[in-house]
Amino acid sequence: MLHGVSFEVPRGQVTGLLGPSGCGKTTLIRSIVGVQVVAGGEVTVLGEPAGSPNLRRTIGYSTQNPAIYRDLSVQENLRYFAAVLGAPRNDVDRVLAEVGLTGQRRQLGGTLSGGQLSRASLAVSLLGSPELLLLDEPTVGLDPVLRKELWTLFQGLADRGVTLVVSSHVMDEAARCQRLLILRDGEILADDSPEALRDRTRTTDLEEAFLRLIEERLAA
Amino acid sequence: MNATITLATARRIMSQLRNDRRTVALMVLVPTLVMVLLYYVMDDERSFAAWAPVLLCVFPFLVMFLVTSISTLRERTSGTLERLMASPLKQLDLLLGYGLAFGVMACLQVALALSVSLTWLGMELAGALWPLILVALLNALLGTALGLLCSAFARTEFQAVQFMPVVMIPQILLGGILVPRDQMATVLEWISNVLPMSYAIEAMKLAVMGADLNGDFWRDVIVVVGSILLALGLGAATLRRRTP
Repeated sequence: MLHGVSFEVPRGQVTGLLGPSGCGKTTLIRSIVGVQVVAGGEVTVLGEPAGSPNLRRTIGYSTQNPAIYRDLSVQENLRYFAAVLGAPRNDVDRVLAEVGLTGQRRQLGGTLSGGQLSRASLAVSLLGSPELLLLDEPTVGLDPVLRKELWTLFQGLADRGVTLVVSSHVMDEAARCQRLLILRDGEILADDSPEALRDRTRTTDLEEAFLRLIEERLAA
Repeated sequence: MNATITLATARRIMSQLRNDRRTVALMVLVPTLVMVLLYYVMDDERSFAAWAPVLLCVFPFLVMFLVTSISTLRERTSGTLERLMASPLKQLDLLLGYGLAFGVMACLQVALALSVSLTWLGMELAGALWPLILVALLNALLGTALGLLCSAFARTEFQAVQFMPVVMIPQILLGGILVPRDQMATVLEWISNVLPMSYAIEAMKLAVMGADLNGDFWRDVIVVVGSILLALGLGAATLRRRTP
């Protein structure tokens, strides 16, 4: 699935993982979490091999499909995961406020809209104040206002020292990251800051930059 | 193993059930209704007395098998299992959580079926009540354990439901209900000897007859407990932290 992928993620920054669907973003995130069967290679997370028991409390992970019990209320979901992660009980109120779901706390997972569901799933990964947050397409299906709010939240977390890896297939979200990893067919096309990418490809538009990177690769 | 996580898991499963009242009603009422139906179909206390213990064995097993295999399958497909596998939760915490929550349901189920049978349906109990409850509960746990195991081999809920007859019908046919086990063809008797339900049914019959609970009863109980542990162990092995 992934070939010759090698990179490091700096602490306290938002790293964007971008690329078309099927390029290996989810596989990469799952390998870092330690839930992916890895055929070869080494993944080290916060100084330990990926999947080590010590990491399970320090990594927050949100899957692409909202991993929420549909037959439990938002609050019940969060209370359960807080207990599993050993997070303090008042964390539930904090994360509800952070994702803007305080008003829906008593609603069953199954009755939430798509966007609310993915925010509920995001809330779970914020429990217990993880050092590293791995978010697989957290903003899919959200309206621009909510997307902006979430990116402000991500930046706020990074400012507090949390390391974030956020995958997306929407290029305009790339501009909000400090660093970009652009993947295509399981290979890294670029690993740079948005400004450096724009300079390198001599364009102001990141979508265009992505296309030029592909042309560059094909020409090489 | 972590007691806090296990209990939180059991509580979470109970909350899921509380939010789904119809399932709870079906789980608790159906066995009793079938007992009542059986009573009127047999229309004769002796045949009812012969069949009642069998139903008390089969029902907790059947219901728990179905409920568990479908709920674990849902955990697998909805991504919540992946989330749990990325958390400090241990496989055994999850399995015991399920066992505890559904064990409570099994208690309710058996309690209602037994009280209706012993009062209204005139089922006579020659000995103590506790061996009966013990066997019924063990059967419920066996159903839970096998349900967990089978859910690993099903990709969809349709497949999971289809496992029910596969696991259930041979155990009933070979369990010595229709034909005594020692009168079966040798090969069938061998198969019957390795199926846990054969021992559960025998233990239940002994318990209802009020035979003094000697070696036979305890051997049966130990075999059923061993099967539960085996199925739980195999079930835990199917819950992988890393998946393709």
